[in-house]
Amino acid sequence: MKKELMAVTCSWLLAGSLAGCGGDGGGEASGNDAGGSSGNDSVTLSMLVSETANLNGIEAVAEAVEEEHNISVEIEQRPGGPEGENVVKTRLATDDMSDLVLFNSGALLQTIDPPENFVDLTDEPNMDRVHDSYKETVTTDGRIYGVPANSSQVGAWLYNKKVYDELDLEIPKTWDQLMENNQMIKDAGKTAVIASYNEIWTAQLPLLADFYNVQAEEPEFAENYTAGDAKFADTSAALRGFEKIWELGVEGENFFNEDFNATTYNQGMEMLATGEGVHYPMLSQVLPIMEENYPDAIGDIGVFPQPNDTEDINGFTVWMPDALLINKNTEKMEAAKQWVEFFISKEGLEIYADAAKSIGPFVVDGIQVPDDAFEAVKQMQPYFDEGSTAPALEFVSPIKGANLPQITSEVGAGIREPQEAAEMYDDDAEKQANQLGIDGW
Amino acid sequence: MNTMNNKMYSYYFLLPAAIIYFLFFLFPTLMSFFYSFTWWTLTDWEFIGFENFINFFQEPSLRIGFRNTLFFAVTATTGKVVLGLLFAVFLCSKIRNRGLLRSIVFFPVLISAIAIGIAFSVMMHPTDGIINSNLAKIGLNGPNWLGEPSLAIFSVAFTDIWRGVGIATVIFIAGIMAIPWEYREALKIDGGSSFQEFWHITLPLSRPAMNTVIILALIDGLRNFDLVWAMTGGGPGFSSDVLASIIYKQYAGGFYGLATAGNVILFLFIALIAFPVFKFINRREVDL
Repeated sequence: MKKELMAVTCSWLLAGSLAGCGGDGGGEASGNDAGGSSGNDSVTLSMLVSETANLNGIEAVAEAVEEEHNISVEIEQRPGGPEGENVVKTRLATDDMSDLVLFNSGALLQTIDPPENFVDLTDEPNMDRVHDSYKETVTTDGRIYGVPANSSQVGAWLYNKKVYDELDLEIPKTWDQLMENNQMIKDAGKTAVIASYNEIWTAQLPLLADFYNVQAEEPEFAENYTAGDAKFADTSAALRGFEKIWELGVEGENFFNEDFNATTYNQGMEMLATGEGVHYPMLSQVLPIMEENYPDAIGDIGVFPQPNDTEDINGFTVWMPDALLINKNTEKMEAAKQWVEFFISKEGLEIYADAAKSIGPFVVDGIQVPDDAFEAVKQMQPYFDEGSTAPALEFVSPIKGANLPQITSEVGAGIREPQEAAEMYDDDAEKQANQLGIDGW
Repeated sequence: MNTMNNKMYSYYFLLPAAIIYFLFFLFPTLMSFFYSFTWWTLTDWEFIGFENFINFFQEPSLRIGFRNTLFFAVTATTGKVVLGLLFAVFLCSKIRNRGLLRSIVFFPVLISAIAIGIAFSVMMHPTDGIINSNLAKIGLNGPNWLGEPSLAIFSVAFTDIWRGVGIATVIFIAGIMAIPWEYREALKIDGGSSFQEFWHITLPLSRPAMNTVIILALIDGLRNFDLVWAMTGGGPGFSSDVLASIIYKQYAGGFYGLATAGNVILFLFIALIAFPVFKFINRREVDL
């Protein structure tokens, strides 16, 4: 009897400890809150940012704010991708959030319930200078909760110009031309398409970056998708994204690098810089990181949009900047608001743009991409001038299924066929819609 | 003093521990049973009956998860029992540097599972890893240990055996040391071989230790999470997902009610397996 009792208690203990296991991520409590010394007027704010964020710009602005307003900022880093989202959710849930937070705008922002957790910034000064297309991505129930923390960027195909010259390749305008280029690169003994599935969020890119093509063929898709009427599995333009990953992947033409499952994001950038890999479907946020690590190679990195099956549709899928948010429960509200106000002012953003080269156009009035921009960013500019751009799906619909990284990585690895993967993702999106309480699903 | 007071008196000593136990273990567990029946956003909840459980069972990777969880637990337990017993017998014999060797075997237990997971995933890198580059030296083409869907969970189970065999060995050593010397003396007088000593004395009489190892390793294996997460993240795709990693992903995705329902299911699953095993092996325990 005693032994059984032991076993019961053991099992309860185990179940209990699992229920609490999510707390691990936020373990490093920001215990320095109390450290805001009372003697002088200086205030220290804490700021949580993803390690994929480029800190140069933020640090430069932080320095300026410290000089002007005596407000300093301590930056804490968290992982990117789902792991990092989890850290943020856990810290919000345990009331352990930093004063300022950098987080994705769009669908992912909706998953952390902005009205509950962040300060309403609708009536803050400078807000009218932020583009409406951006405001939509940080708005819940008509109120605005974030300001753009960076310039916008594109999800597209980064390529190595040197190798393109060597092999005498042209920038592809259609998917078939891209596949021909890939074949020639593969025949030349190089990796045609870099896949870095060790960090599986990177597996989603060819699907997400295809959204310009989707919305060009099915203009109503985003709206119907949000309403629960349009699905990836039965919209051929949307399904193409999954099919494209399949065609590139192991069971398709096998254009990936050999160790793609073990390749990390950083290794992917290295392959692109050295020319060992020639294409990397990725966000242009890699440019400043590559400049820092491979300064000689950055001039060789170009970019083109993910091509459509027909030549007449050709444009960039744009990622809106991350949002800078203020924790609703911060004890340093005034200082935090002051900091954000400075950041988003013309002066603040100019300091930012000087310190951190932009990865795409800004979404605030009066801020121009400087002349010394990356080659790749110069290549984007004509598309923006012509209006051949569209925001990615996650910025025009609040629904993004949580399992997309896993599902796309299965498609690329040849484990799951595109049709089945799309159906699976539709179910996944339905689950998300239910959790968000969206009608019609 | 009356008897009632006498009886209560001893319980006062239990009170501090009981309060802590209730607050930090029992209460959260009971709460999780409740929240598993709700749509929950951490701040707001709504009672939805069994919907979370139905949804959880419709999770596409769940079948893989159950299969992997069982496979992982059984493989890891078997490995730890067999290797642990062999190491223990070896480390109880008269060998040089016995103390040092015992510490070395126990050493992996002291390292964090995440560190082990990261180290092994580096060693298991398909081309640059130490394992495959050494296999290449003797002309073998090593597999993609963590990238091959059918192999990934096996590689993690192997790492778990490496990590957990130390604790099994220590328990076995204690069990073997507790066997009275007279049995062996009697065997020696009758001229028994050392294999006979192992088969007829060490093995049956270290049964209590073995039962402890089996139960600990089994429960540990069924709820394994850290190693799987550090090494594969449940991947490639969903192929090395175990129940705990599926639950974690639900939680990370913001599906709090669903994740809690998964925890309740995991609890029932562990209980359903652990209880019968516990009963079964205890019936066969031999008294010294």
